[in-house]
Amino acid sequence: MIILLVLPVLMILMFGFAISTEIKNARFAVYDPSHDLATQKIIDKINSSEYFTLDTYIIDPSQIETVFQKGEIGLVVEFSENFYKNIVQTGEAQILLIADGTDPNTASTLVNYVSRLIAAYQLEQMVLTGKLPYQIDVKVKLLYNPTLKGAYTTVPGVMGLILMLICAMMTSVSIAREKELGTMEVILVSPMPPLLIILSKVIPYFTISIINYLTILALGVYVLDVPVEGSFILLSLLSLLFIFVSLALGLLISSLVRTQMAALLGSVMGLMLPAVLLSGLMFPIENMPLFLQVIAQFIPAKWFIAAVKEVMIMGLGVGSILREMAVLGIMAIVLITLSLRKFKTRLE
Amino acid sequence: MFHAIKPGIMNVIEARDLTKRFGHFTAVDAITFNVKKGEIFGFLGANGAGKTTAMRMLCGLSKPTSGAGQVAGFDINKNPERIKENIGYMSQKFALYEDLKVWENLRLFGGIYGIPEKEIGNRIDELLTTLGFKSEKNMMVKSLPLGWKQKLAFSAAIFHEPKIVFLDEPTGGVDPAARRQFWELIYDASDRGITVFVTTHYMDEAEYCNRVSIMVDGRIDALDSPANLKEKYHVQTMDEVFFQLARKAKAKV
Repeated sequence: MIILLVLPVLMILMFGFAISTEIKNARFAVYDPSHDLATQKIIDKINSSEYFTLDTYIIDPSQIETVFQKGEIGLVVEFSENFYKNIVQTGEAQILLIADGTDPNTASTLVNYVSRLIAAYQLEQMVLTGKLPYQIDVKVKLLYNPTLKGAYTTVPGVMGLILMLICAMMTSVSIAREKELGTMEVILVSPMPPLLIILSKVIPYFTISIINYLTILALGVYVLDVPVEGSFILLSLLSLLFIFVSLALGLLISSLVRTQMAALLGSVMGLMLPAVLLSGLMFPIENMPLFLQVIAQFIPAKWFIAAVKEVMIMGLGVGSILREMAVLGIMAIVLITLSLRKFKTRLE
Repeated sequence: MFHAIKPGIMNVIEARDLTKRFGHFTAVDAITFNVKKGEIFGFLGANGAGKTTAMRMLCGLSKPTSGAGQVAGFDINKNPERIKENIGYMSQKFALYEDLKVWENLRLFGGIYGIPEKEIGNRIDELLTTLGFKSEKNMMVKSLPLGWKQKLAFSAAIFHEPKIVFLDEPTGGVDPAARRQFWELIYDASDRGITVFVTTHYMDEAEYCNRVSIMVDGRIDALDSPANLKEKYHVQTMDEVFFQLARKAKAKV
């Protein structure tokens, strides 16, 4: 009953806050070999806007690409040398905007915003000095996803969603069905050990999800041209971990419900919807209000999708996804322990 | 119908002050009774009287809040897993896998209860011939008529020739003719030495049992053979026995 009243409230809040394609406080880094008045002014202008926050000054140009790997920087602003002199004298002032293309939507938005700010600076200069300055040449470079293919972000996202769907939802519905039909009772009275019962319900969906994982990957690579830059084995291990988490979630839900309907509802409302909205699949988490960001940390799909992007599209190794794997690992252990206990106590 | 018990028997089920409480609600209130080997024991009572809860404790499915008991020689509190190996169970909903064929269901239960693989095939054929649906061996259970499902469920429950078989409202929703046929099966099993513990709210079925107990509000208010109970309360049918007991319970409240 309460669900019927509380759910719409939750949905409005989630949709209202999460679906915000505006950028706020996006972190950016700067590589500025010129260190002059003009560059400083531009940097200040960007920093003072509500959309951006200056995160780092890059000293070593070789770091420009690696700074994205921690996943916090969305944009690097690279100034050409002798910037101010060039604006005034030669018209060869250049700004290179380097964005992380793994999330094409965010990348475009960031680039657009900064471009506008740079244009605004130029306008101000014109007004101030009364003459037309030379144009600042703004170039854009997108890392990892030069053509801004949407598929780069959707393939990892769909993978996470499908694995969760098959493992969590189907498993919970299947167990709930046996409870509804009464066969679960008969099996429980039999000498079959509870662990074996659970395994027997989980194995079919485990197998199916492995096949799904391979299918999605194959389609992504061969049909959608999404690369697997990193190690396939690492990717598979990661997916295996996520599958375990999802299976455990399915078990947990099944131990809390008595009918298939309830299992379905629980899976969709409690898992799918938050996963779709808060995992970073559709809407960047950084733009959400704090309390939603906190909730997002508890959604396994969020960690999985982030790690998949890092391995698949950025080609990073184990070192950078250690945090994600640790989180997923802990979730798996906690959930499996919890659901096993709940399963047993339901017998009492 | 009268069914005789062989002499020289022992108790296959013993319950002493068996109690089950859920929070403040006492579902089963210190029941004490025995069931002799080879008996057909009827566990009667109205819906909600506590029969199913009591049976679940005897089957090793649920832990008693207090009290003790043994089933097939194993302690309810300490060895529920050993109990499970030695009993059969037929649930109210008949509980067969509808998406499996007739013989596949039997094979599943045979395997779970440890019947050697080589034997299972023969046993399945034997059983189906006895039941009279050998030709339906490959039919999906979901397309069987209700009466057949019932017979199949019972057969699956005793497929491994357990010492005791627990039947939870086995004749629910089935017409009287089918019910009588079903009781023939129960007699057959009993003749083979399987003790039958059956719960039901159909009081006329009580007549088919050697002894019955009647549960009211979690307690056993009567425990004897149907003949003795009818004499005690000076009535003709078990229905009336039950009515008398129910009235007494209401009067107490």
